[in-house]
Amino acid sequence: MSGWRPRNTAAPPKSCDPELTRREKILTIKCGVCGAIRMVRKREPKRPRRLGGRYGDGRAATVTGFIERHPAWALILLIAIAVMLWLILAVWPPGLEEAIGRKRVFLNAVFNGITLGSLYFLVASGFTLIFGLMRNVNLAHGSLYLFGGYVGYAISVWTGSWVLGFIIAFIAVALVGVVLQIVVFRRMEGEDLRQTMVTIGLSIVFADLMLWVFGGDFYQIQTPNWLVGPIELPLVTAVRSSGEAVYLRYPLVRLVIFVAAVVIGIAMWLALNRTRVGMMVRAGVDDRDMLAATGVPIQLVFVVVFALGAGLAGIAGVVGGTFQSISPGEDTRFLLASLVVVIVGGMGSIPGAALGAVIIGLAEQLGSVYIPTYAIVVTFLIMVLVLALRPQGLLARR
Amino acid sequence: MSLLQGAHQETSQAARARAALLAWPEFNKPAVWLVAAILLIMPFIASGFFLIEIFATTLILGTIALSLMFLAGYGGMVSLMQLTIAGFAAYMVAVFGMSANTNISLGWPWWLATPMALVLATIFGTLGGALAVRTEGIYTIMITLAIGAAFYYFTNQNWPIFGGHTGINTIATPKFWGVDWRSDIPYYYVTLGVAAFCYFAVQYVSRAPFGLALQGVRDNPRRMAALGFNVNAHRVAAYAFASFIAALGGVLQVWNYRQISPGSVSVGACIDILIIAVVGGITRPIGPFIGAFIFVILRTFALDLLVKFGLDGNRFRLLIGLGFLAIVFWSSDGVIGLWERWRRRATATDKRPGGGHGHG
Repeated sequence: MSGWRPRNTAAPPKSCDPELTRREKILTIKCGVCGAIRMVRKREPKRPRRLGGRYGDGRAATVTGFIERHPAWALILLIAIAVMLWLILAVWPPGLEEAIGRKRVFLNAVFNGITLGSLYFLVASGFTLIFGLMRNVNLAHGSLYLFGGYVGYAISVWTGSWVLGFIIAFIAVALVGVVLQIVVFRRMEGEDLRQTMVTIGLSIVFADLMLWVFGGDFYQIQTPNWLVGPIELPLVTAVRSSGEAVYLRYPLVRLVIFVAAVVIGIAMWLALNRTRVGMMVRAGVDDRDMLAATGVPIQLVFVVVFALGAGLAGIAGVVGGTFQSISPGEDTRFLLASLVVVIVGGMGSIPGAALGAVIIGLAEQLGSVYIPTYAIVVTFLIMVLVLALRPQGLLARR
Repeated sequence: MSLLQGAHQETSQAARARAALLAWPEFNKPAVWLVAAILLIMPFIASGFFLIEIFATTLILGTIALSLMFLAGYGGMVSLMQLTIAGFAAYMVAVFGMSANTNISLGWPWWLATPMALVLATIFGTLGGALAVRTEGIYTIMITLAIGAAFYYFTNQNWPIFGGHTGINTIATPKFWGVDWRSDIPYYYVTLGVAAFCYFAVQYVSRAPFGLALQGVRDNPRRMAALGFNVNAHRVAAYAFASFIAALGGVLQVWNYRQISPGSVSVGACIDILIIAVVGGITRPIGPFIGAFIFVILRTFALDLLVKFGLDGNRFRLLIGLGFLAIVFWSSDGVIGLWERWRRRATATDKRPGGGHGHG
């Protein structure tokens, strides 16, 4: 029997082990002596799925798998989430308010952090998508963000329509992305370092062109009337001495943007996991050459992904211009944000970008409320910690 | 190896001298001696403006870019935090030394503050490097850029140590032996000396066993690991060495401007160092200095030049960016590469008149 070897793999099929759940697979094996081929049933143990993939899915199996493999971490996470939920939902006892300040301040910081995280997610998801598929660290991504912001501002001033600003910004920045991919990056495919250098050069050129056209002023995109003003949320910030509860009031536009980011995130997840193009993209992330060999027009996939990633940065620019402002220098800020988000979350992973964005957004806002002079250090420490414990990022496969 | 070691025989000493010359090919070329002579007598030809604004600045930026060249050229690690390390050293000189911000500066004398700054900056760079080597290749750029940007925002936010966005001003410069070392001519010689020291140090290390092993690590880390080299240790050591060079550049820079603020360590400035190294060429230690010279000349004169052509003088960065793009597109090893290719073609056509073309 020792002469029999599977055709494609080096090791012979392993012997039966009844304790493991198994999947059966037909395998052709070839005799090493005479060359005869015969079919056998290969039984391989069912491996527990790892948490998330590059574009991984958060199926229940991955969560239980994670708990099985890292019970201690899972417990810590669970406690952290529970504490967070209690801090958000419960009415704070007076002792706690004395120790760390008003609950309203805390809740505002948390909400700002999460909405800022949703903005970071919009920027970083495009960045990570482009990186995952094309191995192109697009350091001009911040410039695309800023360009989207300027376009959105110009359109919303010109037409008075906020929504139209989004659409045009998406299209305009996506077109820039298409031109970049076709004219520049296609010529240097596979040369990672050179592509990165080119994106650095492009970011300088773009930054200066935009400074030329729009000047060094701050612009803020006008929030449409139907989104102006705060909304009362069913979260108690304090109880008055009369026993009357005070509810949290929060700007409606930020909540709408947060919901929009969640919707975009889910849409992206569905597009990647449930459509044919998404399948091609995922296959391309895993093995680009093999995908090209199967006859998929890979250049077209590249262009589509680059356009989508750039367009998302453009949308993010309009969002950023609405609840913050746009000015020269914002490009670097958001480039840094997407770098850190992607390093923390895992390079090339969309769920990773979402997780990283929320973590960084929260850290930044809570940090700037509670330790103002060292806020950036918190963000940075998170990055260091992730690099030390899990260099590939929290949700990355490799 | 050294000439001082055993010089009992006249002939063996001469042979050793010749061997030393062969080990340093620079000493054989007349062009090198010419450049060295010009650099040495520069204070007698150039005015104060040229001496400091052009040549000393070139040497300082060249030294910082040299540290990047060492990492990128010999170690294969493109680090964007070299200017951050230099800036950290500069801040430390300001914090430990004397400055107008008396609530921040500790007021140590320069001979204590400077070594302290060098040591701390080297430690800072080594820690950053240890972080960066946890991932490979393209990720290094991302992590080092993130470190650089984080440091920039940190200096902006932090008032107790780094003086917030106004930074630290009127930093004292060394004065001893009756010489004010910040006056033009002595300062020029200080920068020239430090730059030359760094240049030869990089040249020496690149041929020493450590440098050779580092180049092996760059070309094939798995094989080097299989041969028993500690790949990560070599990389971190390379970061430490490069950090020291960058820190020297940073100390010179803070003595030059006598102030340090977050603007000096901004992301744009970090990227400028990359541009300098890439434009000059990251294959040879001389590249960064050539790149720095081009960069400084452009930065100083682009405004006048652009205005002369009837263009907006403020578009200097556009020019730099386009120049950088052109270099990245057409010559991966910078100006040195262009020059070498041109010379090779010239010699090739000399040998084969009739227009044979090399395989370039």
